[in-house]
Parts: sequence; C-alpha cells; structure tokens
Amino acid sequence: MNELELIDKLKEEIIQTLNLEDLKKEDIDTDAPLFGAGLGLDSIDALELIVLLEKNHGIKVSNPQEGKAIFKSIRTMAEYIQSKSPIKNP
Amino acid sequence: MSDMNYITSYCKIESGKVVLNNEEVFRGGENVAEADFMKSVYKHFKTDYPKFYKMDNLCKLAFIASELLLKTNNITEKYNRDRIAIVISNSASSLDIDTEHQSTISDKDNFFPSPAVFVYTLPNILIGEIAIRNSIKGENSLFIFENFNPEFMENYHNILLNLKTTDACISGYVDFYEHKYKAFLYTVEKTPGVLAIEHTTENLNQLFNK
Repeated sequence: MNELELIDKLKEEIIQTLNLEDLKKEDIDTDAPLFGAGLGLDSIDALELIVLLEKNHGIKVSNPQEGKAIFKSIRTMAEYIQSKSPIKNP
Repeated sequence: MSDMNYITSYCKIESGKVVLNNEEVFRGGENVAEADFMKSVYKHFKTDYPKFYKMDNLCKLAFIASELLLKTNNITEKYNRDRIAIVISNSASSLDIDTEHQSTISDKDNFFPSPAVFVYTLPNILIGEIAIRNSIKGENSLFIFENFNPEFMENYHNILLNLKTTDACISGYVDFYEHKYKAFLYTVEKTPGVLAIEHTTENLNQLFNK
C-alpha cells in the first residue's frame, strides 16, 4: 500500500472509530492537526487512536512520549505506520 | 408559599415517539432501529452537538430528551445554574454499554477494549452529559430501581426544593437495554409554570404510564 492509499484508509478508519458522523474523508486535511484546532479530538480519542494502531496495523505505541509526534496529523500517522512496516524494516 | 411543587414541563421518548408537554412532536418510521431513531430525532430538531455521536445509547437518549425538555421552558435562564439539580433513575443501569465493553475483553486473543466505550460504563455519565451541555452545577444523583419509583422521586425532590439549596430539578427515568428504551424527563419547580401539574406520586405515575 502506498502512502496515499494508507492516508485514505486511515481517514476512513478514524471517521468510523471516532464516530465522526458528519465528516467525509475528503473533509479531513491530511496535514491539519488532529487535536485542538484541526479535527478537535480529545484525550479519549487519543487513546482510541493508540488502540486503532494496534488493532488495525499491529503497531504498539509503547513509549507515550512518541504519541505527540505520531498523532500530529494523518500524514504523521501514515509515516509512522510505514516506518514500522515489515517491508521497510525486515 | 405553599409546600406544593409542580411539574412544569416533561418529555417522553419511547416506541418511536417523542411527546413534549402532552403533544406528540415526532414519530419515527416503523421498525426503525433505536440508534437510527435517536439520530433522526437529533437531526429533526436541528441539534448541533457533535459529541452526541460519540455517546452510548443511554446517554444519547437522555441527551435528546433533555435538549427538548429545556427548549420548552426557561429554567436555565430563570435560575442560577448552581441551583438546578439533576436527579434521574433507571432500571438497567449502564448494562447496554457494559455488555458491549465485555465483548471487547472476553477473548484474550482479540483483547481490544475501546476507551470511548469504557468511559460510558457508568450510568451517571448521562447526568454528566446533560450537566456539561447546559453548565448545570447543582446537586446530581442517579438511582437504580427495578421499576420507575415515583414515590421516591416525589419525596426526594420535595426535600431538595425545601432545603432551599435548589430552585429547580431536572428529573425522571432514562432506561436503555436490549433494544428497549424509555425516557421520561420532567422539570420540577416551586411555581406552577405553564403546565401546572402538581408534583405528586399519582401525577408522576399517570404521566409515566400514559
């Protein structure tokens, strides 16, 4: 899966997991902040995103300090997933 | 002033119908799933609160009933919000979401508890949702009874209102479990208001069952 496909998939997963009913994936800016001004997610959503990474992508975020950088935007999430991909890091 | 308190407005949601102060204001289609029904009520009344979609079924039911109830009276403008109480009861507690949470943790090979589900595994969260939405900071309590207990509710509200710490109460019964749901929320004040129904066990029973 290339980065664009992964970004698309992530948007769909986030809309579904976080019950963002009024949003379509086209409405989500790939580089906008997920927390605060952008999508306006809260701390419970942050926990859901950690579960999403583990459940859907098999990636466990074990260092909480990493969270802020990983969950900055959809793009940073996609880049993190790709960096952990077994194809890139066999 | 007499010791009599009054039911000044009420909202009832059950069986695909919404009744507000004796008037049916919305009816969903037949055989509509309860989640879709609540969403259609939310949209029909043009409610704007995106957090609604994140709530569990019990909170959604309580939330839409409270929104409609508080549109019909002005208690949040009339009284200091520190002196408005929320006292609600139900029968199934938070079992609806508890069972959903249980399903995510029962298989050790597929153990993915959802934080967003877990936060709703307490029934009194429904009071928190109403309080946060309306900045209400008065007394709040949730009681669990096998059935609606109007005698207890009447007594409890009379004590609250007579203690002089509370000017109005949002009260009632909100229950959701195994696809059955019922919300009956009402406001209690010391003055008759438009509805002017005396706050008695008999009247509560009548409104709850009619």
